[in-house]
Amino acid sequence: MDAAALIERIALHVPGVALEAAPSTDMPTIYVPAGQLVPVCAALRDHAGFSLLIDITAVDYLPREPRYEVVYHLCAPDARLRARLKVKLAAGTTLPTAQSVWPAAGWPEREVWDLFGLVFDGHGDLRRILTPDDWEGHPLRKDYPVQVRKVAQTYEPLEVTEQEFRANIARDRVTRDPEAKA
Amino acid sequence: MAEMRTETMTINMGPQHPSTHGVLRLVLTLDGEIVKKSEVTVGYLHTGIEKTAEQKKWQQVIPLVERMDYLGAQSNSLAYALSVEKLLGMEIPERVQDIRVLIAELQRLMSHLVWLGTHAMEIGAVSMMLYCFREREQLLNINELTAGFRLFPSYIRVGGLREDIPRGYHEAVNAFLDMFPSKLDEYEDMLTKNHIYRLRTEGVGFIPLETALQWSLPGPIARAAGSTYDVRKAFPYLSYANYDFEVPSFPEGDVYARYRLRLREMRESVKIAKQAIARITPTGAWASSDTRVVPPPKDKVYTEMEALIQHFLIYSQGFTVPAGEAYVPVEGARGEHGVYIVSDGTNRPWRVKMRAPSFYACQALPTVIQDGMIADVVAVIGSSDVVMGDVDR
Repeated sequence: MDAAALIERIALHVPGVALEAAPSTDMPTIYVPAGQLVPVCAALRDHAGFSLLIDITAVDYLPREPRYEVVYHLCAPDARLRARLKVKLAAGTTLPTAQSVWPAAGWPEREVWDLFGLVFDGHGDLRRILTPDDWEGHPLRKDYPVQVRKVAQTYEPLEVTEQEFRANIARDRVTRDPEAKA
Repeated sequence: MAEMRTETMTINMGPQHPSTHGVLRLVLTLDGEIVKKSEVTVGYLHTGIEKTAEQKKWQQVIPLVERMDYLGAQSNSLAYALSVEKLLGMEIPERVQDIRVLIAELQRLMSHLVWLGTHAMEIGAVSMMLYCFREREQLLNINELTAGFRLFPSYIRVGGLREDIPRGYHEAVNAFLDMFPSKLDEYEDMLTKNHIYRLRTEGVGFIPLETALQWSLPGPIARAAGSTYDVRKAFPYLSYANYDFEVPSFPEGDVYARYRLRLREMRESVKIAKQAIARITPTGAWASSDTRVVPPPKDKVYTEMEALIQHFLIYSQGFTVPAGEAYVPVEGARGEHGVYIVSDGTNRPWRVKMRAPSFYACQALPTVIQDGMIADVVAVIGSSDVVMGDVDR
């Protein structure tokens, strides 16, 4: 099945969505507008058998405009088909999360946010996943510097004065009625 | 009588914990011994391999990707080499494909042996670890024979192999394949009907097929829940279509089913490997003859000017790959390994992305261990076969 046939199959279920076949060497590839991503994904899952989300990733095409492409790899295990969805994204714009269609989208979307800084609307748990929580920048962007020395970050150990220490002990002391049973 | 205090307790498991397979951290909220809620934290092994790969030439990425999933090193490099060859549109000689099939299956055996040893050890059968590592040692010796490197041989290259198989290779592989099935029987004697092992694994860590597909766990986990999806059958790569083997599947979906599935997979791998070694001739083509990518043979480099120039070009500038993108999946030991590459037509990759099966297995952990016993958490992590190098990359 090529991209045109795939578009034909799902076009009925997502009327009015501008799907565009993209050139590819290995599997049908479709450009999807960011706003229509979720209905297109749902149509692919429900009407074309793409029950398996293989991976979500992004590519930074700096200096091209629009700068980013978010890439979804899908698989229909029974029909033995594969497909690739791509969403063109300009810097500063967002796209919706696909978690409602494939729960597995949660972590790869976090990874894309972590490494590219692309925001998935409605994700609910968009935290850093591979880099530390206090990391600055998004390393897989093409304008992120490489081969730069960074000083390792350390933290001073927590210190309390003797008075604070004794006050803590006093606060935590529990008196129990010796008669009461556990 | 005073009312008993009931409150949940939050405990931290990992990142340094003997049964979290590297550095996986779980924050468990417990009600007594029942896991009520859990949160998985990963990233402790993040080494930025994908970013590093963008600074390297195409052929220099092979050793990098092998270090992602360090137990299935050569299925990483195989997926990468296949992706690049797809973009280059290269034809790979039949003999090279058979050698790659053999390497992929031996790699699966290596990975499953580590899995079996560590998983059984974590739930109390410590001796299994010694037995499994004993056999894995022999497989590592075969790696050493072919490439001089045991864990990360970098023997699979874009366009073929690094060099021809060494003398004595057939003897070494055949000796292993003849010996190994009896060792599998030995493992089964120790675990399959072991009452304690079955109590710890049967009905534990249940992952139904629907959940496995929702959480994107194709591979051993889905096949232990009734799926028959295997990349080798569904999307045949290399020369797998010419091999006679079965895709085992079990309907139960618990830890015990995953154990039995992986043991059956090892028997199937032996079957494929035996067919492969019978097809591989002792000498012959070990790489494509396409001199854009594969350096010319050494005797020509020493005698012909053009060959010498080409040799230097490949090793200094590297080769260029036509602009485009490719994703080729292979069936790794943990499920679908795939490498997505984007080329801008130069000698360095624009983007290299590994589809990591362990990443998805970690994501699904909280769902699987929910409302189970804390002692079963270890059994579930073990049976998911997560490799943190694969998760964090």
